[in-house]
Amino acid sequence: MQTNSVNPLIQTIELEKDFDGLKVLRGINQSIRKSEKVVVIGPSGSGKSTFLRCLNLLEQPTGGQILFEGVDITDPKTNINLVRRKMGMVFQQFNLFPHMNVLQNMMLSPIKLKILQKEEAEDKAMVLLKRVGLEEKAQAYPKTLSGGQQQRIAIIRALMMEPDVMLFDEPTSALDPEMVGEVLDVMKQLAVGGMTMVVVTHEMGFAREVGDRVLFMDEGKIVEEGKPLEIFSQPKEPRTIDFLRKIL
Amino acid sequence: MSGFFEGLAQDFTNNLIVGDRYLLILDGLKTTLIIATGAAIIGVLLGTVLALMRLSNVKIGNKWYILRSLSGAYVNVVRGTPMVVQLMMMYYVILSSTSLSKITISIISFGLNSGAYVSEMIRGGIMAVDKGQEEAGRSLGLSRGLTMRHIILPQSIRIAIPSLFNEFIMLLKETSIVGFIGLMDLTKASDFIRSRTYSAFFPLLIVAAIYLLIVTVLTSFFSKLERRLRAGANK
Repeated sequence: MQTNSVNPLIQTIELEKDFDGLKVLRGINQSIRKSEKVVVIGPSGSGKSTFLRCLNLLEQPTGGQILFEGVDITDPKTNINLVRRKMGMVFQQFNLFPHMNVLQNMMLSPIKLKILQKEEAEDKAMVLLKRVGLEEKAQAYPKTLSGGQQQRIAIIRALMMEPDVMLFDEPTSALDPEMVGEVLDVMKQLAVGGMTMVVVTHEMGFAREVGDRVLFMDEGKIVEEGKPLEIFSQPKEPRTIDFLRKIL
Repeated sequence: MSGFFEGLAQDFTNNLIVGDRYLLILDGLKTTLIIATGAAIIGVLLGTVLALMRLSNVKIGNKWYILRSLSGAYVNVVRGTPMVVQLMMMYYVILSSTSLSKITISIISFGLNSGAYVSEMIRGGIMAVDKGQEEAGRSLGLSRGLTMRHIILPQSIRIAIPSLFNEFIMLLKETSIVGFIGLMDLTKASDFIRSRTYSAFFPLLIVAAIYLLIVTVLTSFFSKLERRLRAGANK
């Protein structure tokens, strides 16, 4: 097991995922500490997104276990809806709800789950909107917003639930280049605030600057992991070297 | 030529004015509209339930998805039998021992029929909503039901609306068969007038014109509404 496995927030044990016989994850053992920023990199089809999506059971693992705050969430008896409240997720395609304005997007879950009263939810949403500089967009509908604005809203929509960890699935891959920065800035702000983050990304600059640990995945396994500096300047595994040479 | 117009005026008087026969047409029209509207409401509600059943994961034992099968069988039976047969089955057999009025029985019959078609439209709408919408809802901790109700269904109904409007227009015209159980709707009214005046052409012409007028007005109203909804979704 990992050396940092003292009180891990998330722990995966021999995590496996098969899609109709295709082994996408082949035994992932990972411990993610509270406040840790883990960046997952790797070629497409390496299983990095699947790994992330397994963590909140958007994909049902076909083998192994996932412990979140000590609870085995792969156990069918665990109420996954309660677990997911504590795991925010940000998608490549933003996935804002197009039939609701920004405020409604943000307030839906806390209100429907009776976590906040309407006024509380609205106040909280406005505070978050101010923090990302979008308070004037409160009444706007997603389609009128740029990709970068939508993704920033998607991030703070997840924050409305006060999650203990934020999962990012290629959050900047669908953005025009000039909008990548504004989204990464919000993520950095979040990192500075001490949020536990697991980020699948191709933004190596972000990985280097924010990551505590980089996981390099290939063919459903974690081939190499370490501090960003180690991985980027002295990669050991041939596959890591090959991948980094291609993208850097 | 003047003879033609005189004939027409004569027809008009005979078929509509004498014996206040226009009242028959108006009453018939009212019946037609009541049945179509009532049936449309039942149809949309039932259709939504059937669509949700069709997509549910509830199963008995290992692989029998009971709600899916029930909904599928219902849709199959309703779509596979003529509406007139269904209507007569309801009136003469299934509901014959009840004290329900002919109008109520017609509303129920058309509603049950329409529900089957509407369910397919709503199911199509649900499946057309991007998968990421459900994932976003679930990742915020919302249950499958809450996600369906607040995120998926509102979007799928918006997608299904053009076909739902079309279904209402079909329904409106299809109610013309309620004469089979002796109900005086718009079509039956023309038939009744014909039996009195021995003139088939004029009453049918009037009735056809009324259907056409209603459908034309509805179509233009619906397309306006549709445009507004689409604009709403884009605002």
